[in-house]
Amino acid sequence: MFFNAFIIALREIRRNLTRAFLTVVGIVIGVAAVVTMVTLGRGATEVVKAQISNMGSNLLILRPGQGWGHSGAPMFNKSDLRTVKDQVPGIHALAPFVNTNVPAVHLDNVRNTDIQGTTSNYFEIANWKIAMGRFFTDAEVLEGASVCVIGETIRKELFGKDVDPIGGKIRCKSMTVVVVGVTAVKGQGGFGDDLDDNIIVPYTTLQRRLTGQAKKDNINQIMISGETGYPTANIVADVSSLMRERRGLTHNEENNFSVFDSLQLADAISSSTRVMTSLLGWVAGVSLLVGGIGIMNIMLVSVTERTREIGIRLAIGARAREVLLQFLVEAVTLSCVGGVTGIALAYVFCSLGAEAVGAPFLFDPKINLIAFVFSAAIGIIFGFMPARRAASLDPIDALRHE
Amino acid sequence: MIPRSSPQPASNGVVFEARKLRKVYHTGELDVVALHGVDLELNAGELVCLLGASGSGKSTLLNILGGLDVPTSGELIYKGWQLDGSREETLTLFRRNCVGFVFQFYNLIPSLTARENVALITGISLDPMTPEEALEMVGLGARMDHFPSQLSGGEQQRVAIARAIAKRPEVLLCDEPTGALDVTTGITVLEAVERINRELGTLTVVITHNAVMSEMADRVLYLSDGKIVNSHRNETRLPASQLKW
Repeated sequence: MFFNAFIIALREIRRNLTRAFLTVVGIVIGVAAVVTMVTLGRGATEVVKAQISNMGSNLLILRPGQGWGHSGAPMFNKSDLRTVKDQVPGIHALAPFVNTNVPAVHLDNVRNTDIQGTTSNYFEIANWKIAMGRFFTDAEVLEGASVCVIGETIRKELFGKDVDPIGGKIRCKSMTVVVVGVTAVKGQGGFGDDLDDNIIVPYTTLQRRLTGQAKKDNINQIMISGETGYPTANIVADVSSLMRERRGLTHNEENNFSVFDSLQLADAISSSTRVMTSLLGWVAGVSLLVGGIGIMNIMLVSVTERTREIGIRLAIGARAREVLLQFLVEAVTLSCVGGVTGIALAYVFCSLGAEAVGAPFLFDPKINLIAFVFSAAIGIIFGFMPARRAASLDPIDALRHE
Repeated sequence: MIPRSSPQPASNGVVFEARKLRKVYHTGELDVVALHGVDLELNAGELVCLLGASGSGKSTLLNILGGLDVPTSGELIYKGWQLDGSREETLTLFRRNCVGFVFQFYNLIPSLTARENVALITGISLDPMTPEEALEMVGLGARMDHFPSQLSGGEQQRVAIARAIAKRPEVLLCDEPTGALDVTTGITVLEAVERINRELGTLTVVITHNAVMSEMADRVLYLSDGKIVNSHRNETRLPASQLKW
């Protein structure tokens, strides 16, 4: 009976192809929008998570001032570094971080880039891998050696794409450093910045040779990695409390430093992406609702047009529930055709969209299945009223219908 | 519970027994009396013609006999089963298993082929013949996969007859089956009706305006103003092929 009803439903759709197409447009758009939004949203979340994870796992950054600008807040020094290391539990490693932006020159090639000074710990803390050569050593940090590790972008821009830069020299103002290693490509950071566009040198070298005597002891940031399994929130709290004490901040004064927690950032970005995705999903859901109303409208028209047919079915002995089922199957078939078309369209949109925004296309069978079931449910919900109207017709009146 | 129809030619038992059947339609403030106390007995295997002017109550009587409509009062018994006062579900089963309808305007479903139109009933009744058998019986074995729009009026009416008899009904009710057809085509359709009545032993009731058609019947009932005003039994039935009008 279901199969017959389904075949008849397909015939009816084929008979009024244009009308059927226009009827399911709402469902197609709704399903395509929901699936596309959710799929691309998930892809974007994964990208952001991966980018933040690129910055280093369990990474915390102690920065002067609030937010991203230090706005005159005092910098850190070696004493801060030592105290944090000695007094805050749960810290796996930490490294000073100083940086300045100057032109880097190799032969005739110049690139304005970020020169970062740190210790060898930093490579582990920030999850750097070496692609060529080596990282610099603790001994080189102590002596303030003229060595550097460069990112892939610097290698391409200063040395050329396939050139081995190891042993090559780079001049940054008054400082000349020898390339001892090239880091593995990291790509974009969580804020869209190029993580491979940097030159990393021992911080002692940077302080002595580039930033000068006046800022000799200044440390711009302290990079901290927490022990695996130790809650980073506890480290944030302990570091904050320690720094408040060291800086002599009173009860009423706000922090003049901030502790950035990569895990919290990842969670914040993920949850805001989730909120955006669900908001867009709701908007798309409204489109599905409109599509459902379209189906109900057309099914009501269909019941009126086919009143005589309903009369015939009832006259030859069809039960009211069989007539109801016939029209319900038609409505569900219509909405399912819309659902399948919407999913196919979403597949195309997701492929194109993922490429356009640089997010991966994470095909999720669950969301596709949910969208399909939802479209079928819309067929049932919005097809029920017209189907019931058909089933409740009086056979004689229906047969007399012109 | 309504008995299922028998596939064997029926004996001469009473199929329908109607006592003082009345049907009143309430249209606004006006009551229209369509049947005014009809008494009637119809026997198995009979071919009965209902003759009468428009508005005489023929179609109302046919609809009540077929379970499409219910009498306002009176008694209607089908093979010992009380039909009047039955629930809609019982009447639906009665229509499904015991009665075949043939309408003046064929009433085929345009989106279905001849075979599928017949399959509408073979898919739900208790002991049907196959759609192919039914269509063969009315001479349409070669046109089973044609849609109604691809068939002539006479062919469409024969598909309607095939649909009506595919359930092997005890009763075949035809409401002016030739009303929309020319003479030649009409006779072809009547031949099909006659053959069903003869070969399956189905009680057949035919409504007509055409007095000539009454010559093929066993019995003729004349209706006027909702009453049977006259009836007569033909000594011999004239074959449908010999009818002329």
